[in-house]
Amino acid sequence: MKATRDEVRIGFYVCHCGHNIAALVDCPAVARYVGTLPGVVLSRDYKYMCSDPGQELIQQDIREHRLNRVVVASCSPLLHEHTFRSAVEAGGLNPFYFHMVNIREHDSWVHTDRILATEKAKALARAAIERVAHHKPLEIKKVPIHPDVLVVGGGIAGIHAALTLANAGKKVYLVEREPSIGGHMARFDKTFPTLDCAACILTPKMSEVGSHPNITLWTYSEVVKVDGYVGNYTVQVKRKARYIHEDLCTGCQDCIANCVYKEPKFADEFNEGLGKRKPVFIPFPQATPQVVLIDPEVCLNFKRNKNPDGTPVVSDKCKKTCVEACGERGAIDFTQKDELREIRVGTIIVCTGFQTFDARRVPAYGYGIYPNVYTALEIERLVNASGPTGGEVVLRGPKNPDGTPRKPRSIGIIHCVGSRDKKTNLWCSRVCCMYSMKLAHLLKEHTGAEIYNFYIDIRTPGKGYEEFYNKLLEEGTHFIRGRVGEVTDWAMTPEEEGKLVIRVEDTLAGVVRRIPVDMVVLATGLEPRADAAEVRRLFNMSCGGDGWFLERHPKLAPVNTFTDGVFLAGCCQGPKDIPDTVAQAGAAAAEALALIDRGYVEQEPNTAHILDNECSGCKSCIPLCPYTAILFDETRQKAYINEALCKGCGTCVGSCPSGSIVQNLFEDEEIFSEIRGVLAYD
Amino acid sequence: MTKEWSPRIVAFFCNWCTYTAADLAGVSRLKYAPNVRIIRLMCSGRVDPQFILDALARGADGVLIGGCHPGDCHYVEGNYKMLRRFTLLRRMLADLGIEPERVRLEWISAAEGEKVKRVINEMTEQLKALGPLGLPRKFAEWDREVIALAREVQDREAAAGPCPERPLTPEPQEAVHA
Amino acid sequence: MPKPKVAFYWCASCGGCEETVVDLAEDILGVVEKVDIVLWPVAMDFKYKDVAALADGALFATLLNGAIRTSEQEELAALLRRKSRYLIAYGACAQLGGIPALANQFSREQVLRFNYEDAPSVVNPDHTRPQVHFEEAGRTPHLPEFRHVVRALDQVVDVDFYIPGCPPTPNLTRAAFEALLSGNLPPKGSVLAPDVALCEECARKASKPTNVAFTEFKRPHQALWDSGQCFLAQGLVCMGPATRRGCGAACPQGNMPCTGCFGPTSRVRDQGAKMLSSLSANVAARDEEGIRRILDGLPDPVGTFYRYGLAKSLLRRKVNLPTGSNGH
Repeated sequence: MKATRDEVRIGFYVCHCGHNIAALVDCPAVARYVGTLPGVVLSRDYKYMCSDPGQELIQQDIREHRLNRVVVASCSPLLHEHTFRSAVEAGGLNPFYFHMVNIREHDSWVHTDRILATEKAKALARAAIERVAHHKPLEIKKVPIHPDVLVVGGGIAGIHAALTLANAGKKVYLVEREPSIGGHMARFDKTFPTLDCAACILTPKMSEVGSHPNITLWTYSEVVKVDGYVGNYTVQVKRKARYIHEDLCTGCQDCIANCVYKEPKFADEFNEGLGKRKPVFIPFPQATPQVVLIDPEVCLNFKRNKNPDGTPVVSDKCKKTCVEACGERGAIDFTQKDELREIRVGTIIVCTGFQTFDARRVPAYGYGIYPNVYTALEIERLVNASGPTGGEVVLRGPKNPDGTPRKPRSIGIIHCVGSRDKKTNLWCSRVCCMYSMKLAHLLKEHTGAEIYNFYIDIRTPGKGYEEFYNKLLEEGTHFIRGRVGEVTDWAMTPEEEGKLVIRVEDTLAGVVRRIPVDMVVLATGLEPRADAAEVRRLFNMSCGGDGWFLERHPKLAPVNTFTDGVFLAGCCQGPKDIPDTVAQAGAAAAEALALIDRGYVEQEPNTAHILDNECSGCKSCIPLCPYTAILFDETRQKAYINEALCKGCGTCVGSCPSGSIVQNLFEDEEIFSEIRGVLAYD
Repeated sequence: MTKEWSPRIVAFFCNWCTYTAADLAGVSRLKYAPNVRIIRLMCSGRVDPQFILDALARGADGVLIGGCHPGDCHYVEGNYKMLRRFTLLRRMLADLGIEPERVRLEWISAAEGEKVKRVINEMTEQLKALGPLGLPRKFAEWDREVIALAREVQDREAAAGPCPERPLTPEPQEAVHA
Repeated sequence: MPKPKVAFYWCASCGGCEETVVDLAEDILGVVEKVDIVLWPVAMDFKYKDVAALADGALFATLLNGAIRTSEQEELAALLRRKSRYLIAYGACAQLGGIPALANQFSREQVLRFNYEDAPSVVNPDHTRPQVHFEEAGRTPHLPEFRHVVRALDQVVDVDFYIPGCPPTPNLTRAAFEALLSGNLPPKGSVLAPDVALCEECARKASKPTNVAFTEFKRPHQALWDSGQCFLAQGLVCMGPATRRGCGAACPQGNMPCTGCFGPTSRVRDQGAKMLSSLSANVAARDEEGIRRILDGLPDPVGTFYRYGLAKSLLRRKVNLPTGSNGH
């Protein structure tokens, strides 16, 4: 409701700020001028407005002179707006009936002519007088935060974040898509540069997660819907059917031993297809939770055809020896269905990780064409003692004449496959140099072969990384600087027969070389997961141009997103190694804790709202909001703004073609009156 | 107007980058032309073209809009929207006879106090060369003809006394059906 | 009780608004029955002096259409203002300046020169121009003076209400008469049409996506337009979002986009600026070159955004126009 001129009683104060303003601006003259303007009931100049006596003066005047607006012309509002708003509030007036004029940073400190500086101060003061008449009383809203947290993704990032929060006493839901937590790290053999066994450092944490009273662990589950706003999210999680009752399974694995399939027959996902498993299986020995699951695609208890809704049809074809073996525990249930669960949380931490680059996209390197070309992840499983070959590095290509698998005597490791490449991914994946050298070391240890690393640059930024590189050099690993052109089996000399030939320009030596090896390892890069675009929409996040989830600010807010209450950690935000991932996970947990412990989020007072009767539903505003705070209500056919999400930029207000959106504190009337005021004084 | 004319620039500065940069210029005691009047907004995306037109219509000789560099907007993309609006607005203003130098969009980050000084000084010099836009004066000039006639008619009416039968002007032609 | 006296008058207009009153069809009789028309140059034979002879305020309402361009129109506007209790700006030209106001892109000198000298079919070797006074066979006819700015009615006299449209629809006219005659009127200065934009009543609204992003703009002659889909979604500029409703979205129903004749809502000061703001903010490109290229699809922003409203826009007219010998 606009106050008419008669109702507005403005108190104006111009501050000398000692000599800072008074030396150049004639403060008494400004006060005299403003005193003549309509609506101004008192106009003072004073030495130090921000001092205690200055603030008390305002409070006293509000009471004695029944002021209902206050304007102070002094320094920058960025410095003291809060101070004066509090003073006004203490005087009994709504703090947003206050407006501040900057005549120091923007006037006395930057000009030299006394007359012109005073004129400018008068013009700016007049603008404020005109504006403040239109101010409305506003409230700062506090939105309470639900104390529970959702962590999406159970890799090392999610595990660390969940444990940090759980140990702080918060209730955490950890939702993981795979049947077990552990992520990519669970598949590694040793980690650089210390060569710690990945499983040894990971499994205790996994165990802790599994048994922590504050963590609800839902594996083989996915988030399907997120509603609500900061502090109050309602999340729907789909718990996929394992056909096993999680609470009844003890992890004894008798069912696996007794499966009608005597030998494992199906490609094993955890081992990158290098090993085999049965239809009932456990992903890996240290899986958490220690619960088996059944693959309905290959288990004989399911018919090939499916129900219309996609759920498998149970058949009677199998003898069900697994059920028999399970006995009294009765954990197996072929009729189990996917379950939809709903949870309420206040904050969400997204740790969905990465996927490795598909090496088939670089056919020149022969992956999928020549059997002895491997990806790095396949090698991790090969050298692992609990891998498909028990740690024996053997080739999957043609065997020896006596039927035994061949061991490689020479290995080429090609860096930057799917990284630093205009044709595939432009970025550096940050970990490949280090893991390539790690694999070089492990392969040498396991096979004694000649190892060749083909690199563009060696990137060893972390603690102990450069030293690791030196160790590799001392071990006799051959480092050849050059981007590999091709891997071929076309032999040109007798030595090359039966081998894979790597053709590369050795840029340091200045020659093109052909290097025959038994095994080629491709250091595949990291890239955003294929469903990153859908996942980010679920959580109201943005993706950067390269597809990784977007942080709010790369330096000052690397774990925040643009949506309050949603945080990021780990490789989903960008490629990084384990130390950085864990650090980020801790940071994200700390941010969540800060929100939860404070208990509320303060809403910006300068949010926008749509005038309901006036909105025509033209939908022009909806795509403008980066915070997706503007939504379209199909029933009422109008747009509306979720004020909890609105950050107060005003972009929609400036764009609304029928003028139906209003921004608190920056209303059209307020700004037009400022324009009028600043030009009125000539 | 007895004072010598000096350009008046109305500036719309975004809170997070440009307004802060202007504060920095102040803290650094940089000196620049006193011709600018800054209006603070939260984001350059809030700048409604109506503000720019209103400022010009009320006597500004130039309008300066300051926003964050592309990619750095505190609100992610507000500055892009401003850039798009500005691109079309500038062309339309040229079609309406307003020189492109009178409306300026600058990306100034919070650390660029120097740039604030440079841009304001530059713009002031350019506007001095262009001369005043003086729209209020022009409006008043255009409207003089209307006011003059209205006054003349009023005087004539008053002189002729209350409602006798008299023609307005010598026998106007009957309006022809279009 | 005597019937209220009503006047219709036209200024710089095309006659379409007069047609609308006629278009009330049978209802015209209902109008004629309830009121006493004392001035209607297009349809009835009355003289100015009859109006001048009335007492001030004796006219109940005057519906004046057309923009103000000549001194005669100003005089009549002033006269009718004095004689009327309610002076109503009827139609887009009176409310906003209308199509005639597009002449504000040219100086008076440019307009007169083109029409009397430079136009291809004009033969005027003596460079004769219309004169305000001239002598001819012993008589001194007077012609109205041609102003150098086109004005809306309220830029010349005080206006009570506005009935928007080019022309206003019969419904709107009928409703306005009913409101006037019943005394059920909104505050002075109101536009007698809903204060919401056109999209609310347009059948194409459902087909407009919530994520519109313009990659190009086309003009009406450049494609065959889908008869059911929102024009903006098809890349054609439609002023609907920035224009008041009340016409039933007549133009979109006729497979042409809205051009903005009902003027802006009461919350907007400059209709063209707001439409420019909304359209360009939703352009897809983020780089200067890309933005410029997409916006090049709008070659005539003044004609597009200010087709009816140039006189009432914040700038009113093109500035720094070349002047004639008389300084204008």
